[in-house]
Amino acid sequence: MKAKHIAVLAEKDLKRVVREPASLLMLLIFPLMLNLAFGVAFGGVGSSGPSDFQIGLVNLDASSSHPEWAGRLIGNLTSTDGILLKQYLDNASGQSDLIQGNLDAFIVIPNGFGNSCESFWAAPTNASQWTNTTIGLYVDSGSMIATSAVPAIVQQVVLRTMFGDVRTSVDLPVVISSPALIAASTYSQWDFMAPGMFAFAAMFITMTVAQSMTTEREGGLLKRLAATPMTNSEYMLGQTISNMAIAVVQVMIILLTAFLIGYRPATNAAGLAFAAAILVAFSLVSVGFGLIAATISKSADIATGAAFIFIMPQMFLGSFVPLGGLAETVGVFMPSKYVTDALTTLFLRGAPIATLSIWVDFTIVLVTGVVVVLLGILMFGKVGKK
Amino acid sequence: MSRNRWSTNLQASAKQSTNPNESAIEIHNLTKRYGTKTAVAGLNLRIGWGEIFGLLGPNGAGKTTTVNVLSTLLSPTEGTAEVGGYDVVNKPQNVRSIIGLCPQQPAFYPFLTGRENIQLFGKLHSMPKDVLKERTDLLIKKIGMEDDADRRAGQYSGGMTRRISTIMALIHDPKVALLDEPTVAMDPVSRRAVWDFIRELRAQDKSIVLTTHYMEEAEHLCDRVGIIDEGRLIELGTPSELIKKYHAKDLEDVFVQRTGKKLAEAV
Repeated sequence: MKAKHIAVLAEKDLKRVVREPASLLMLLIFPLMLNLAFGVAFGGVGSSGPSDFQIGLVNLDASSSHPEWAGRLIGNLTSTDGILLKQYLDNASGQSDLIQGNLDAFIVIPNGFGNSCESFWAAPTNASQWTNTTIGLYVDSGSMIATSAVPAIVQQVVLRTMFGDVRTSVDLPVVISSPALIAASTYSQWDFMAPGMFAFAAMFITMTVAQSMTTEREGGLLKRLAATPMTNSEYMLGQTISNMAIAVVQVMIILLTAFLIGYRPATNAAGLAFAAAILVAFSLVSVGFGLIAATISKSADIATGAAFIFIMPQMFLGSFVPLGGLAETVGVFMPSKYVTDALTTLFLRGAPIATLSIWVDFTIVLVTGVVVVLLGILMFGKVGKK
Repeated sequence: MSRNRWSTNLQASAKQSTNPNESAIEIHNLTKRYGTKTAVAGLNLRIGWGEIFGLLGPNGAGKTTTVNVLSTLLSPTEGTAEVGGYDVVNKPQNVRSIIGLCPQQPAFYPFLTGRENIQLFGKLHSMPKDVLKERTDLLIKKIGMEDDADRRAGQYSGGMTRRISTIMALIHDPKVALLDEPTVAMDPVSRRAVWDFIRELRAQDKSIVLTTHYMEEAEHLCDRVGIIDEGRLIELGTPSELIKKYHAKDLEDVFVQRTGKKLAEAV
């Protein structure tokens, strides 16, 4: 394998991107426009201020023997930034307002909630002594942001109600740490979507790779190249390297654009460097899928469709679209989900770069990228030039 | 990489260091099938150094398939083929390093200039930078494209793309040139320029395989021709020998007498 051959082929591909308006548009301007459009639409630009969640609540435990717990929960909800709490006298009125879109979420404090809290503190280590109750939580399914954020916020408030702000040392069957509460009032919808959008923008390399390779094949260039001393591996590595270089530029454009439109991730320079690294690793996945799409496609038009076979599931099951139920289960197979998860942990939760989970995400994405590229090279070497 | 390996002046280029008793190309019982269709059937052929060999026949006769096997793009179904003493199946990398393939359809990168297309293929043959530049300039001048070489190839006329495509195949000074219909759809001036160029290659002891369905081209250019029809080699000899053998007025007439059909009809 000759490094010079790889460099020559990569240089050729980079010239294509610079000189062909369609390629330039797809690879650089498209993510930029996407970023701007979503940023404007979902609050990164021109928003009048922080968005609050309208949450309704009915307290069915007011007349119990321990009404103070419900009162404490209501107090904590009221004092939480970003929540506008509206109390209802009955369940039906609140549900009605939720259905009509007047609320983002509706909480039902059940009868027996106070007894349940008391039973816990009476025997913190003996679950068989507890009186279990369930807080009803109904969220507006039409609001992506509410479905993502409200359950987490409510969970945090419940924990604070039961344990206070001090980390508990009580031995529970399920250990719950005391993470810092999300100050939702400082976030716009764009803040919640941005990590997924960054992953989404990096997916389109799949289509570019698939199209460029099938175009070369249709034009007889692959056969012509195959009659030179260039090897299959050199060709593939040339493709991979040129597209990785493009990915680096894409990542910089996306992060810079996001910053310019007001996006301020809760991380530092090291976090941003990590974000760039995981996005570049993810572009390796996208290149690999592009190689596979090129292999199974006989023309550039078909390659476009084939590329979407890889892009769409990753978009809907692993980027800015909130997941639930089956989608969440299937989502674990989407490399983009791990990128979104890591970026959310960094940018939204403000986790430090030493956080184990983001390195697990990074490793999964990188290993997947290497495997997919190798698979792409293998498949293309066997049938790709025909 | 030794600079001496590469010639920058076609006229002054050293002769190939080849054994005169050794064939440039040897084909034994070559058969290529696609499913039930036989594209080439039992082809036997020896082509020498310093020889222009013409493979003649209509479209679909098996000419391009033969060239694709010689250029390692296709594997034979049966039989063997050697180029420069290297087996095309067992030593494909050695074969690729000594051949220059000009495909039937000019294949080039439209977003690169003519010069960049040529140099891309020179670099893939690991040509030294200075030699590549000198040789590129020389060949561009030879095909009369000095004024257009730095324009994007996507803006070229059909004739210009064919000329550039031919130079892309020959930039690295290959020992064996495989030229598949190099002058199709070319204007007469460009065609003459390519013919002159091919003759110069012969003067350097290169081996040239030329496929064409222009009988006039074969008569003027080729030392020997093989007429191929429906995958079979039906005649082999110098143009004059074949014309004399069939008492024909030209190679077109030979083809008609041998196959009972006009080449134009067959095409």
